[in-house]
Amino acid sequence: MITMKNICKTYRTARRNAGFGEALRSFFHRDYDTVTALDNVSFTIEDGETVGYIGPNGAGKSTTIKILSGILTPDSGECTVDGRVPWKNRIEHVANIGVVFGQRSQLWWDVPVIDSFELLKDIYSIPPEVYRQNKDELTELLDLAEILRTPARQLSLGQRMRCELAASLLHSPNILFLDEPTIGLDAVSKIAVREFIVRLNRERKTTVILTTHDMQDIEAITKRIILIGKGKILLDGDISEISGSGDIDRTVAELYRAYEI
Amino acid sequence: MSKFFARRKRYVSFFKLRFAMGLQYRTAALAGIMTQFVWGFMEISVFRAFHQSNSAAFPMGFEQLASYIWMQQAFLALFMTWFMENEIFDSIMDGNICYELCRPIDIYDMWFARSVANRTSRALLRCIPVLSAAFFLPQPYRMILPPDPLTFICFIAAMLLGMTVTVSLCMIIYMLSFFTVSPQGLRIIFAMTAELLQGIVIPIPFFPPRIQKIMELLPFASMENVPLRIYSGNISGMEAAKAMLLQAFWVIILTAAGKLICRSAMNKITVQGG
Amino acid sequence: MKSETQVKEHRVSALKLYLHYISIQIRSMMQYKKSFFMTMFGQFLTSFNAFIGIHFLFLRFHSIEDYSYSDVLLCVSIVLMDFSLAECIARGFDSFPKIVRQGGFDRIMTRPRNEILQVLGSHFELTRIGRMIQGAIVFIYGTTHAGIEWNFVRVLTVIFMLIGGTGVFCGIFLINAALCFFTLEGLEVINIFTDGAREYGAYPIDVYGKRMMRFCTFVIPYSLVQVYPLKFLTGRSDNILYALLPLAALLFLIPGYVFWRFGVRKYTSSGS
Repeated sequence: MITMKNICKTYRTARRNAGFGEALRSFFHRDYDTVTALDNVSFTIEDGETVGYIGPNGAGKSTTIKILSGILTPDSGECTVDGRVPWKNRIEHVANIGVVFGQRSQLWWDVPVIDSFELLKDIYSIPPEVYRQNKDELTELLDLAEILRTPARQLSLGQRMRCELAASLLHSPNILFLDEPTIGLDAVSKIAVREFIVRLNRERKTTVILTTHDMQDIEAITKRIILIGKGKILLDGDISEISGSGDIDRTVAELYRAYEI
Repeated sequence: MSKFFARRKRYVSFFKLRFAMGLQYRTAALAGIMTQFVWGFMEISVFRAFHQSNSAAFPMGFEQLASYIWMQQAFLALFMTWFMENEIFDSIMDGNICYELCRPIDIYDMWFARSVANRTSRALLRCIPVLSAAFFLPQPYRMILPPDPLTFICFIAAMLLGMTVTVSLCMIIYMLSFFTVSPQGLRIIFAMTAELLQGIVIPIPFFPPRIQKIMELLPFASMENVPLRIYSGNISGMEAAKAMLLQAFWVIILTAAGKLICRSAMNKITVQGG
Repeated sequence: MKSETQVKEHRVSALKLYLHYISIQIRSMMQYKKSFFMTMFGQFLTSFNAFIGIHFLFLRFHSIEDYSYSDVLLCVSIVLMDFSLAECIARGFDSFPKIVRQGGFDRIMTRPRNEILQVLGSHFELTRIGRMIQGAIVFIYGTTHAGIEWNFVRVLTVIFMLIGGTGVFCGIFLINAALCFFTLEGLEVINIFTDGAREYGAYPIDVYGKRMMRFCTFVIPYSLVQVYPLKFLTGRSDNILYALLPLAALLFLIPGYVFWRFGVRKYTSSGS
């Protein structure tokens, strides 16, 4: 179970102004801006749930994911994931979660995918029999048999994403964070990724938290959505209740307009 | 005429942009200045130790050497062959060069101006702090002023000539990379050769006399060797005039050669389609 | 912190994992053979120039303070081997600014392993072998001319020098990497302590005077891996302590590690 309670997070960034004179001035003096990334964020996610975490760019989605995956420490508030505080016992925590960043690869670029898997096996200390079983299962489900021997850099985006999914699941995590997993994929790959995630959740009861801009992802994968804007949770509820039977893209656009984000 | 001014304006604005960019990264600039300062200091310390061990074998006055080294550190950006434009190399490697060819500018002139702007903006940003510190150091590390104003004027002229030689040599390397299988290898070999022969590893007067004579005729010696030795007073009078004449000679030869290679490289591209 | 029951029975040792990382790095490198050999060649040439410079300086001056050409060759070759070894092993720290900028440290944080182990595993610079071989050749040339009477303790001294020197350079690389957590600019300044030490560490540090000696003994322990053991090696001193000092230099890694931990904590609170 994941709980977040009154989580706040602010950043300080150096202001950079354009212009020659400004550049000269900033050589001696620099201004800082404080950006509130998360403002009293609270929610609970049960085991085995699938949640779509949506909101415009810069709303605080990736800050939340980073806190939940132990990368960031919040300024205040409480957060536990299966009883663990992510940033306090990082190593123990991350051994039980999987993270996919859609825009960044976790595979070793120049070696065959299978070599990356083998290395991940050692990184996560996956027992040989568990590894073999997971690898075989994932290879079949994601149709990887023919691309396992190909270096990652030679894969198409869709092939690569399938490998990324497999890579993040080799150690049988209970929770999977997906940060824009379908970005830039073609229609066939998108459908394959969505179907796989649904199946994973159904068969392994893996909790899935998904951020995306693609509302078809949400529609296909999750029941529940959490809408975040300007660091605040604006809406948390069942997708069918919110959109009724209408077009989901339109519903979300209306939500954004209604909350002025 | 108006075309000339329009173009010059473009180069000036490019220079200003580079300068502003350099200022933005203030910590980087400070770090660079500090690095160069320590470098100069250590370099002089080594020579001081050699000087103390055997001062009779020292080929120039010690304060001349100190000035030589400080000037070298201050104007590093003008003469280092490592500072090549990665953008140019990349555009050659990945074939984006074809887009550059579509612009109504001579590619040789454009790259040349860009390199000059880059080098001068970098050097200007860094020379003032290094030099002002070097003038206030205790002996024997202190930098000296040139003996007379004429020497200083010659130094400036020789420095501009030296930078032009550096840039035109680099231009030849850019152009040659159209023809080689390994631009990276070419670049390494060129930079290492230059480093040794232009007097960065040790100043040219420290080589044995016979080797020195040959080195001084090569274009590499027309880069920083001439201005730095003029400034420190190591060469003067007729000797300095001859050296500067040789610099001018190399400027003409090297730019002509560069333009020639540029033309055949462009032919190669248009024939092969990049 | 970690209760016994939560640690899984099956745990791949850090060493085995590190070797696995290296094997991946080497396999990756072999995908770009041309670039690999070019870089190796370039590395070879860079230090070659330094030797030429030293050669001509000694041709003119014959000695520096009371050190001869072969003494200096011994010194420079050991420093060069230290540096190449450190670059080979700890190159991940050196390219750490890039890792941080591209968000690679986030990935490191999401894996259940020590961060330093992962950074070390992210890069293994085999191209430095070019320099290492050159260092070894010069070392052999230097020893044959320096007239050193080899015995067990002296051989051990050289090994200690290599270990200690590599350790000191690794420590500087570690500090450099930790600095990335605070600023991505201005890291060039670290070159003073890496490239600078490689270039100017060619000469025994006492030629630079007392103040430099003090700095290189108590602040960054270059002297402990260079001039002191060199004095023992060339018979200038019988003090056995001088042979052991290189190992003491390894203590330098401790403040480096503390600084790194501090940096990681800063990263987790600011995320950049």
